[in-house]
Amino acid sequence: MRNNIAVQEADFDVAIEYAKLVENDVSNGAAVMFCGLVRDVNQGKQVKGLYLEHYPAMTNKVLANLVEQARGRWDLGNVSIIHRVGQLSLADQIVFVGVTSVHRQAAFEACNYLMDTLKTQAPFWKKEQSNDEEYWVEARQTDLQASQKWLK
Amino acid sequence: MKVLFFGQLRERLETDQLIVTESLTTVGQLREVLMTKGEVWQEYLAAKNCLVAVNQTISNELSPICQNDEIAFFPPVTGG
Repeated sequence: MRNNIAVQEADFDVAIEYAKLVENDVSNGAAVMFCGLVRDVNQGKQVKGLYLEHYPAMTNKVLANLVEQARGRWDLGNVSIIHRVGQLSLADQIVFVGVTSVHRQAAFEACNYLMDTLKTQAPFWKKEQSNDEEYWVEARQTDLQASQKWLK
Repeated sequence: MKVLFFGQLRERLETDQLIVTESLTTVGQLREVLMTKGEVWQEYLAAKNCLVAVNQTISNELSPICQNDEIAFFPPVTGG
């Protein structure tokens, strides 16, 4: 069982992250990965790029806690979370979540759980840039609902 | 105690951190003291969606605080 948690400005290579996620491991038959990217339209505005701010002392703590919570719910193999900060452009990778488990269902669910809870608990804030303005992204009600469904 | 601000809150308050020396025992008391610093402080710290963490853990108005604590105020998070 390995955990990898990284918050970084640098980009990541999904192929390399996948290789690290599954290396030296013959007992987990399922690997599920999610990658979040910078999208061109958000909340009705044309996005040119975004800046990601975070609370460094808290971010790793929250992410490590979410991984522990996930391990408490599902029997997982390896877990990897990478989240970028700083200035990003359109189509840039923002976040990577990778989970392995013996069978696929646990890996699918845990990956979903980690993204849902990360979005509402990890202290990151996005400031988007459009053609002529910059604005802080507002939290979405749908993200809150997605996160809350795991409390049931 | 060290008080930190992030995101839009940091920008609107034009402050990323400050030191509070008054002896306060709860987050609620700290918030009240900070709200006396001006109209913008009052508006943004009173907002229902203004979150608070004590020593990097999400907390609430009744959470106890002491001089060595790090308290952070911030808007709802928008990562991922």
